[in-house]
Amino acid sequence: MKFVLWLANIDRRIIFVLIAAAVIIPLLAPIGLPVTVTPQSKSIYDEVEALPPGSNVIVSFDYDPAAAPEVHPMALSFLRHCFERKHKVIIMALWPQGAQMAVRAMAEVGGEFDLEYGRDYVNLGYKPGGDIVIKSMGSSILEVFPRDMAGRATASLPLMAKVRNLNDVALVMDLSAGDPGIPAWVRVGNALYHRKIAGGSTAVSAPQFFPYLQTGQLIGLLGGLKGAAEYETLVKYPGAATSRMDSQSVAHLVIIAFIIFANVAYFISRRYQKGEKTERPAGPQAAP
Amino acid sequence: MRREIPMIVAFVAGVIIILEFFVPALRDVAVGIQNWYLVVVAFAILVGAFNLLRINYMKIRHQRTDWPYSIILIIGLFGMALTGLIGGINEGTTFDWLFNYFMFPMSSTMFALLAFFVASAAYRAFRARTVDATLLLAAAFIVMLGQVPLGSFWVPSWWPFFLTPAWLKDRIMDIGNTAGQRAILIGASLGVVSTSLRILLGIERSYLGEE
Repeated sequence: MKFVLWLANIDRRIIFVLIAAAVIIPLLAPIGLPVTVTPQSKSIYDEVEALPPGSNVIVSFDYDPAAAPEVHPMALSFLRHCFERKHKVIIMALWPQGAQMAVRAMAEVGGEFDLEYGRDYVNLGYKPGGDIVIKSMGSSILEVFPRDMAGRATASLPLMAKVRNLNDVALVMDLSAGDPGIPAWVRVGNALYHRKIAGGSTAVSAPQFFPYLQTGQLIGLLGGLKGAAEYETLVKYPGAATSRMDSQSVAHLVIIAFIIFANVAYFISRRYQKGEKTERPAGPQAAP
Repeated sequence: MRREIPMIVAFVAGVIIILEFFVPALRDVAVGIQNWYLVVVAFAILVGAFNLLRINYMKIRHQRTDWPYSIILIIGLFGMALTGLIGGINEGTTFDWLFNYFMFPMSSTMFALLAFFVASAAYRAFRARTVDATLLLAAAFIVMLGQVPLGSFWVPSWWPFFLTPAWLKDRIMDIGNTAGQRAILIGASLGVVSTSLRILLGIERSYLGEE
């Protein structure tokens, strides 16, 4: 019984150590579990494949370093896929730190392809305003982003000479960790301007976007690290997300085991306490 | 007039943006209002930064609880702003270096700590005390198992597909979750519409600082 009571009130530092071990050990010694691809991820891949080479694709970096372990691998895989298919990528951000995340992503991916800034891709930087930024882009992207992130006149960039507004964009990929993000692109980019929107988000946010998937307002959704690993599998470039999936698998199992142990301990200790109460003789009653 | 002018501005701007959806002739006016909005939002960020500075300056001056952290915040605020303004924010700049080697690892670390607290909280609070809690627990088990490769790895070939964690997880997400999320979405949207109308009609005035 002592063990059960100890288990029910286990020191949380033991939980922390076990979770740390569950995350670190699979990173050092990968299990190499296969990643199965869901239809939500495959539909984004298929859409990028189906676009004619040279299509304009907006990638909106709406996340910060906190969400990067889940969302950044999606950005890398999606950019690789677009550049492989020779699509033109227009990078922008509705989050202040998103533009810097894009710089980091391009530093990692850009060297793998023969890319020229202004011709193959542009980074328009951050613009505050959420929905209104997207709505204004429906009229004129140049008016919303008169200068790119480095301060060059956007109109002077060859790629932007062909892109007046959202009607000239074939696909929008929103990599989002919150608001503004996928809902803003769906509300304005899809509902108002009928653009195809794809999304990538943290696992905790993904369930709220499922209604948009069913209505077709989102063509696909990469949810959390699993979604990122799926896209890495699709583009045949296993990276950070694929290697981290082993850790996530083991960590999920450890958390499930914790919950089972805690419930078993809870029910045994409750039964024991009930039994103790019924066996205990009634004490002296207080005088009225 | 301090109350009436903002209310008139909100009414006129809101009505034009709504009407533009039905009357294309108002498009140029609506675009102008949207551009004004983007300028105002940019200034709001500056106001926020000044407010942050003022609050932390007061905290240091009166040596309130944890005031040394405010010094670090102000150094960080000015450090990042100045390096960005002087050297730019592109790849290879000092700002980029600070972002990659300070901001990025610190921010990721803070978020990663959540995993430990979630595990600890799940251990202490996730108990099958009632039928509702048991259903929630069962759904969580299935989704957690179905979400990772290890959840499908152990399944033998003869196992019925409708009992695999991945299949069950997809049903929970596509049916139960989507129905619930849609209900929340519709409810929230109706709330946004009614609040917007209240603001346009001057009934809701909390944005003016009124109770």
